[in-house]
Amino acid sequence: MEIVVCIRRAPTTDARIKPAASGKTYDPAGINYDISEYDKFALEAAILLKEKHGGKVTVLCVGHKDATKEVRTAIAMGCDAAEVLVSDGDHDAWAIANVLATRIKALPHDVVLFGWTSVDNQSAGTGQMVAQLLGLPSVSVVVDLEVADGKAKVARLAAGGQRERYEVKLPAVFTCQKGLNKPRSANMKGIMAAKKTNVPETPAAAPASGLITIQLDPPPPRAAGKIVGKGPEAAAALAKLLRTEAKVI
Amino acid sequence: MANDVLVFVECSGGKVVKAGLQALGAGSRLAAQLGGKCIALVIGQGLEAEAGKLGQYGANRVLIAGGEAFAAYSPDGFARAVAAQAKATGAACVLASATPMGKDFMPRAAAASQCGLAADCIDLRAEGGKAVAVRPVFAGKAMLTVGASSALWATLRPNVFAEAVSSNNVSPEAVTAGFGPGDLLAVVKEVVAGVSGKLDVAEADIVVSGGRGLKDPAGEGKPNWEALEKLAGVLGAATGASRAVVDAGWRPHGEQVGQTGKTVSPKLYIACGISGAIQHLAGMSGSKVIVAINKDENAPIFKVADYGIVGNVEEVVPALTAAFQEVLKS
Repeated sequence: MEIVVCIRRAPTTDARIKPAASGKTYDPAGINYDISEYDKFALEAAILLKEKHGGKVTVLCVGHKDATKEVRTAIAMGCDAAEVLVSDGDHDAWAIANVLATRIKALPHDVVLFGWTSVDNQSAGTGQMVAQLLGLPSVSVVVDLEVADGKAKVARLAAGGQRERYEVKLPAVFTCQKGLNKPRSANMKGIMAAKKTNVPETPAAAPASGLITIQLDPPPPRAAGKIVGKGPEAAAALAKLLRTEAKVI
Repeated sequence: MANDVLVFVECSGGKVVKAGLQALGAGSRLAAQLGGKCIALVIGQGLEAEAGKLGQYGANRVLIAGGEAFAAYSPDGFARAVAAQAKATGAACVLASATPMGKDFMPRAAAASQCGLAADCIDLRAEGGKAVAVRPVFAGKAMLTVGASSALWATLRPNVFAEAVSSNNVSPEAVTAGFGPGDLLAVVKEVVAGVSGKLDVAEADIVVSGGRGLKDPAGEGKPNWEALEKLAGVLGAATGASRAVVDAGWRPHGEQVGQTGKTVSPKLYIACGISGAIQHLAGMSGSKVIVAINKDENAPIFKVADYGIVGNVEEVVPALTAAFQEVLKS
């Protein structure tokens, strides 16, 4: 089985985000990067599929050439090959989806996996856009995935904790949600193998973004709050304030 | 027309959902600013009566795609239907609610129309005759304002936009799909009710969230969730959880609030025994009113809270449940 996993290099979730002087993107000073959280569930799902069905896992990452570090982490987990599709600058999901779709078209692919959203841009749509561009079925926010006989049985999380079940023909695109599996850590053997693996950095021509960035702002500040009191004795006063002052109950 | 706004109005179980009416409200206000019409699109079978009501909620025109291809939800089927009407109407802006359904198919629909998608927007307006949208990024650590060179495609966060009230007399116009069930790539086969069957934390007006501070009084190490659920029950609230509680396996991940969980913006968020890691604060600081209960008066959660009680959550939560019961009676 040929599996392609698309991952994103994103600021770690403990990062403090400040707009850069341009006012269009964030200030990269002091920011550490990691594989975007949900992409780890996609990587684990890919490795589990390979372990069960045999085959190969190829990792693709669009972005800065520094992403080689994150891509090597994916290889250390158990993926076989990886490429960084180098394209500097800020791209929206539409531009990234175009770069990925062009590359995936040239690769054998039975299953294409994504994290359901990135922790930075949170577009939550790159996988579906790639599926549309390739004319493939897509199921997003997947929490259950089984593959057999050229088909996949999947469940996605829908409104109110409901699960929608699908059965789709492969090749197909799935975006992965927490709960699908528990991503493994790389072991020493994997880390050594990753060091020796050649990671091609291929320049990729991204089309213009579909969205035009006008401005990146800090969130509006919240007004200072008040401590109503200490301990259970303060409960009645709080309930009253929420009714008469905040008017939310 | 090039000033019109097309709004996909979501239905579930044969009824228009609240988030769908909110998106329609946002669409109608934008259309007025752009000097165009607000066109509602309903997809599914047996929805003619529901579609017929949308003139009271801001729609100037209502389209209904009710062919056999739409007997069940299909991401690519709904995407094709919306993309086809976006093209047919030439709308300047195409909207849907950022619900699990809208988030699923709108990227496909935008891509089919050679457009990007502004996901989970919290503001939408016209600037210089063009639609612009504001969306939280990094789970709310920053706000990104975007526009588009062609049509602006966007999904709108539930519970942020108000419904519109209008008295437009509109009859739904049937539109044909141009494809049948056999052309669909993925179709939902079965919907299984959630384990809890409860209100989703991302869609609730009131959220009561628990963290590590909510220890089991029996000392088992598990949180005393029953007390939290009682509090939520009195308020008709959904329950949420911090990452620590979810990673420990005490609560389902669907309840996790924060940068690696759900971003929520209810009118009232009550954080019980949550210290307020930056990832959690990012996910809930868009709430209208925030209440924090924590025994540590220096906990970061108090920096974003409007009201706080310093104290032991095991004592304060039951006292609050009783106090809310009193107030809600009056």
